[in-house]
Amino acid sequence: MAKLTFALISKPASSRANKTGSWRVYKPRWKHDKCVGCRLCDIVCPEGCVSGTGKKKESTMNADFIYCKGCGICAKECPVKDIEMIMEVK
Amino acid sequence: MTLEVLEGSKAVSDVIGLCKPDVISAYPITPQTHIVENLSEMVADGKLKAEYIRVESEHSAASACLGASLTGARTYTATTSQGLLLMLEVLYNISALRLPVVLTCANRAISSPLNIWCDHQDAITLRDTGWIQLFAEDIQEAVDMHIQAYKIGEDKRVMLPVVISMDGFLLTHTFEPVEVPSEEDVDRFLPKYNPKYFLTTKNPMTFGSFAEPDKYMEARYILNEVLNQSKVVIAEVARDFKDAFGRFGGDLVEEYNTKDADIVLVGMGSIISTMKEVTDELRKRNNRIGVLKIRSFRPFPDKEIVSCLKDKKKVIVVEKAISLGFGSILASEIKSVLYNSGAAPRVDSFIAALGGRDISKETINKIIEKSMTEKVDLEFVDLNRDILPEDFSE
Amino acid sequence: MSDNILASGHTACAGCGEALGIKLILNAAGPNIIVANATGCSEIFSSRYPESAWGIPWVHSLFENTAAVASGIEAALKVLGRESEANVIAQGGDGGMADIGFGALSGMFERGHNILAITLDNEAYMNTGVQRSGLTPLGARTTTSPPGELSWGNITPKKDMPQIAVAHGVSYVATATVAYFKDLEKKIKKALTIKGPKYIQVLVPCPLGWQHDPSLTIRVSKLAVETCIYPLIEIENGKLTNVVKVTSKKPVEEYLKLQGRYKHLFGREGANEHLAKIQAIADENAKRYGLV
Repeated sequence: MAKLTFALISKPASSRANKTGSWRVYKPRWKHDKCVGCRLCDIVCPEGCVSGTGKKKESTMNADFIYCKGCGICAKECPVKDIEMIMEVK
Repeated sequence: MTLEVLEGSKAVSDVIGLCKPDVISAYPITPQTHIVENLSEMVADGKLKAEYIRVESEHSAASACLGASLTGARTYTATTSQGLLLMLEVLYNISALRLPVVLTCANRAISSPLNIWCDHQDAITLRDTGWIQLFAEDIQEAVDMHIQAYKIGEDKRVMLPVVISMDGFLLTHTFEPVEVPSEEDVDRFLPKYNPKYFLTTKNPMTFGSFAEPDKYMEARYILNEVLNQSKVVIAEVARDFKDAFGRFGGDLVEEYNTKDADIVLVGMGSIISTMKEVTDELRKRNNRIGVLKIRSFRPFPDKEIVSCLKDKKKVIVVEKAISLGFGSILASEIKSVLYNSGAAPRVDSFIAALGGRDISKETINKIIEKSMTEKVDLEFVDLNRDILPEDFSE
Repeated sequence: MSDNILASGHTACAGCGEALGIKLILNAAGPNIIVANATGCSEIFSSRYPESAWGIPWVHSLFENTAAVASGIEAALKVLGRESEANVIAQGGDGGMADIGFGALSGMFERGHNILAITLDNEAYMNTGVQRSGLTPLGARTTTSPPGELSWGNITPKKDMPQIAVAHGVSYVATATVAYFKDLEKKIKKALTIKGPKYIQVLVPCPLGWQHDPSLTIRVSKLAVETCIYPLIEIENGKLTNVVKVTSKKPVEEYLKLQGRYKHLFGREGANEHLAKIQAIADENAKRYGLV
């Protein structure tokens, strides 16, 4: 374990060490078929773990599964149903 | 040296002005008011370039000091009694965040019944908060202690808040000839506050995290160690202050005629002056008696107390607070440090002056006489049994 | 995305509306802010030592003193000549800001500090296990306002914090919610251009406390607006200057039935009377703010 810091001050964005993806039961799968590049899946993600570019087959939108908790908001909100929730296999 | 006859509150606010706090935040409460009124005037007149936050409660006064201190400002607040209790949880927070806030406590009794007069019940309640707690004997010492408080608290080895207790009314509202140091001398003695860590976008750190059971105890251990280690700094600053200003009221304690004494009176705050006078008179009649002033109540001067008291015949502790359901607090702590030292003298315990009852020289003489004739486990000085009902449930 | 100011790896529940709200708020406010945060879910999920989800200078002190801590930060920036360095934000949940921290918030408002106060309103004490707060709406089940033989859930209407802020003379008061993220972004940005105290109350659904599926956070947030249960408004210098119009006002049941906290209002004898009371609140909101 690391030494305690002065007054337990911690470093910015150090939570990235915490891999919350292990919480997942379902995971989103981007079909990269009808994606219109609206980025809604990125905007509504409470984890801030969705990124990518492009549309339709060129779309690279995806979650960083190190952090994705599988809440399913992205799939629910995708206006063209280009994201589906599938059972996590671990 | 120029002496001025000043009211205690005026003298303290003048010296706070010289310490140049950046942010002052306070809420009015008797008998602290004159201090913050004077500071308000200094800010209003442009004599003190500080932000004065007129908060809606003492809880917020302490919280605003916390926020300001964490942003890199030197901060000041003052309160007493109920106000201090309302601040309490914030005070724990301030020490753990290692913020050298300075607070003046104009000691006053705790309600109920409501009582605005002096005792130490308010300040004593702070004993587990992680604050350095200094008690002033007189107005001059209160003045000097405030300068020292910033120097101690802001020392890189310490970085802890300091509360200075000065007896409400007895020191805040009385007049004494005092010397308020010059601005140049204070500037020379007290460097600008320059913390290593503070809230800034240039280094966006996170303050006030929570810690799980595998780290919390270590965090509290560190705080306890730092507070204990601050003894060195308290003593060092007292000596440096003497070199710079020529006055010395003791370091962690002040021993007054204790070296050859058989009997030592122990106390905190303004009672010490009365004890000194009484013992001076008794010495003239060949009584070997002295006084131990507890100047730093936290950190507790365990070694100094043992070294002063271990070979005495009798120790008489007079204190202005009570742990209800148990009894004495200061006397208990003194007994506690003496117990394992191997040479524990008899310690008699007196609780006096709760709610501002006067302690005259006569009172002290009576206490000494009583202690000479019997073993006093716990005595309430001047308790008027005539007004006690037969049955406390009626 | 990695350029979110709220970093991934925080421990909010899946689908947390509050985490989403903070992500959107921080991205709108940008990096030049200092945040004072009340005790509560947002503090717990973001600051488990030694990890922090915050990319900006941030302090948590206590539950009820956030606005006072922020007041001290703002005063210090001013006196130290660092005012241009950062905007100060004081934020917490509905309990931290509108209940236990109400006195400190009121003080911050009336003293005129240049601070944006944000209530992340999930309508109960979620961090301690969903107890009723002053912002819990009428009829909602919480663990301390449970439905029972003699009870239909919370018996009081929601405390009207935005109007309380207005009564303090706060020059910019707004409400927002995560489903209307552009509106939220606009309001945060606008508030930060205004000197003095500002108040924004953001409805943030709590899947755990509201008992809805985590995937429905945006849906529920949207329905709160579409039913006129949660009007999105802007009040500037005491005048209502903008509302998010509701094109087709939906009955409150559509909002309520998605949430387990209102389950007792469906299929129980006498429920209609209570549903009607909630509908009346929505109707009054629509009228009062001209939402439809």
